[in-house]
Amino acid sequence: MNARVAAAWALLPEYLAWHVLLSASALLLGVAISLPLAIAAARSPRLRWPVLAGASLIQTIPSLALLALFYPLLLAISALSLRLIGHGFPALGFLPSLLALTLYSMLPILRNGAAGILGVDPAIREAADGVGMTPGQRLFQVELPLAAPVIMAGVRTAAVWTIGAATLSTPVGQTSLGNYIFAGLQTENWVFVLFGCAASAALALIADQLLGLVEAGARQRSRALTLTGLAGLAAGVALALLPLAGLGKPGSYVIGAKNFSEQYILADLIAQRLQDRGATVQRKEDLGSAVAYRALAAGEIDAYVDYSGTLWTNVLQRGDNPGRRAVLDQLTTELKRRDGVVVLGSLGFENAYAFVMRPDRAQALHITSIADLAREAPHLTLGSDLEFLSRPEWKAVQSAYGLGFRTQRSYQPTFMYRALSGGEADVISAFSSDGRIAADHLVVLSDPKAAIPPYDAVVLISPKRAHDARLLAALTPLIGRVPVEAMRQANLTVDRDQQKASPAEAARALRAKLGL
Amino acid sequence: MGAIELSGIEKRYGGHTALAGVSLVVQPGEFTALVGGSGSGKTTLLKTINGLVTPDAGEVRVQGEPAGAQPPHLLRRKIGYVFQEIGLFPHLGVAENIAITPKLLGWDAARIAARVATLLELVALPKEVAARSPAELSGGQRQRVGVARALAAEPAIMLMDEPFGALDPLTRDQLGTDYRGLHERLSLTTLMVTHDMAEAVLLADRIVVLSAGRIVADGRPAELLATATDPEVRALLEAPKRQAERLRAKLGQGA
Repeated sequence: MNARVAAAWALLPEYLAWHVLLSASALLLGVAISLPLAIAAARSPRLRWPVLAGASLIQTIPSLALLALFYPLLLAISALSLRLIGHGFPALGFLPSLLALTLYSMLPILRNGAAGILGVDPAIREAADGVGMTPGQRLFQVELPLAAPVIMAGVRTAAVWTIGAATLSTPVGQTSLGNYIFAGLQTENWVFVLFGCAASAALALIADQLLGLVEAGARQRSRALTLTGLAGLAAGVALALLPLAGLGKPGSYVIGAKNFSEQYILADLIAQRLQDRGATVQRKEDLGSAVAYRALAAGEIDAYVDYSGTLWTNVLQRGDNPGRRAVLDQLTTELKRRDGVVVLGSLGFENAYAFVMRPDRAQALHITSIADLAREAPHLTLGSDLEFLSRPEWKAVQSAYGLGFRTQRSYQPTFMYRALSGGEADVISAFSSDGRIAADHLVVLSDPKAAIPPYDAVVLISPKRAHDARLLAALTPLIGRVPVEAMRQANLTVDRDQQKASPAEAARALRAKLGL
Repeated sequence: MGAIELSGIEKRYGGHTALAGVSLVVQPGEFTALVGGSGSGKTTLLKTINGLVTPDAGEVRVQGEPAGAQPPHLLRRKIGYVFQEIGLFPHLGVAENIAITPKLLGWDAARIAARVATLLELVALPKEVAARSPAELSGGQRQRVGVARALAAEPAIMLMDEPFGALDPLTRDQLGTDYRGLHERLSLTTLMVTHDMAEAVLLADRIVVLSAGRIVADGRPAELLATATDPEVRALLEAPKRQAERLRAKLGQGA
């Protein structure tokens, strides 16, 4: 328990720094956009309705979806700008998170801004005109100072929302306090989940209190109070950002990981080997499959581990299965030619999609292969991870066997196993390197028509790091050195309920065991 | 040349006619009361002079110049404006409220400070009031600050819209008398809207009666009483006289 708290503390400076940088930038940008809009809305009744309705509409979009939508949007704009002016920009990470959170922060500032200005006593407005102020002087000398407390209350609400929603930027590749929550949920490390919640809540509370001082200063017209609040905010942001000063130097690498334990462990393994060689390492975790590959091709991450079948079907859009060796060879040449991505080689184990059942259930229904499963499927429930049902492999299996289930449900991988053992799912789409298959004595159904392609775990390197000596020296010795049993054991230590290890600990154990 | 010259002023709000062709010349130094019932158009007429209301037709000239010849905010800095709600800026202190127009005009700090001190004295407020916030003042003190603010940039013309209407009768009487004194001392031209004929008779040199957007009577108070024939005007003019007689009768009976 204490080791996990210590592990969480160790990550705090980096996570907090990014979280503060992201929320503070989004809030500043939000204020910069919303305030002029609020003034315009207060001035013109014709503008007021569409502006406020637009901001409310944005608020109805779930914040995670808003973050997710910015990734393809920025990808398209980046491609366009690359074509037009020869410069693209990163579509993953900070930028989409910043834009989505900025939009998200706007409603309370807009609403309170317009209400604050409209709430100024008409007699005072008439007096401002009467003494000979221009409309601009009236705005800056009378209306804004009088509306300031109401506007600040809106900024406070926006700050609390933004800090909370920033935890959701982890899946689009932006490190934040959400990393604790997403990784913790995945590995059932509740210490991490609670730590992430507490850190984000504490940050929101502190920001709220400091902004509260500024608001009280505006209300009581006390310059000292306002300045104290602003100084506190500035000092807090500066302090939180200190750990970022060392990042972005030439020796800094970005390692990607998708959202399951094996990926966390392998990312830690790579990171530890790089750190042993004196490099600084950042991680972008919990990426979706397509997001991870595109980010690598674009150079936003330097290396990560993917699976040959995933690349074969998703990136090369192939539906055939020429065999394990041929898939790997063709991937190596094709990805290099197409995107300049280096396939360094296979780690030595496969993590294939596999249909898995509880032994008692499989026996009762006489199911040993996917062909048998197709026969019983109309009465059964399939549990899958969040991606599987939209992947080409699923379509390939469906068309090869004519599979059709009574119900299909999607889970986080960890909960998928829970659903299987609890009987809410009869069969699940598991991963063959998952330690829980052996630990729970689950039955893996055979694939007689070879509809599912091979899934060798391969190390990918981004085009710009293709000749990076330090990276190659750290990663090349891993090729062919990780047997599936060792990987299963490492996965199990992270996934099991008792005596759980953190991915970093599992990576260290794996390195010790394999001499890496 | 009149200080204020209005000719053929018309103003409509939707289907309602607020001013139906008003022409009026106010001479420099004159204290004129604009009297009429609610909806007679007296406030609208007053606001056409400092550009808070733009007439649909007609011409406004202030000190010989057409009002539209300069941006409205520059015109307003030369005309004092006092109204019933006062509209002191609550986020500024008393001194800052008074100093606002001189500041807009770019006076230097020393001249502004001297002017504020003079004005506090003129409107009979103690010096200590300068540092207070408007919320700490009584209603009467607040309107004294309102008058001081209007006078700050040494305007020749004062427009007043029911300036003492919200005050208790004693304060109201005191402030009216004090202001009449200022009008003389500073040689102001004052146009004051009021619905109270007694106030008009007591303070003004000239009374202009408006009804349904038209001038129905115009003259010195005594002159009007002698000559007006319109029954509505007569009723208005005689109201204070009747009131005074009734008061005398009641108090006399009691004595």
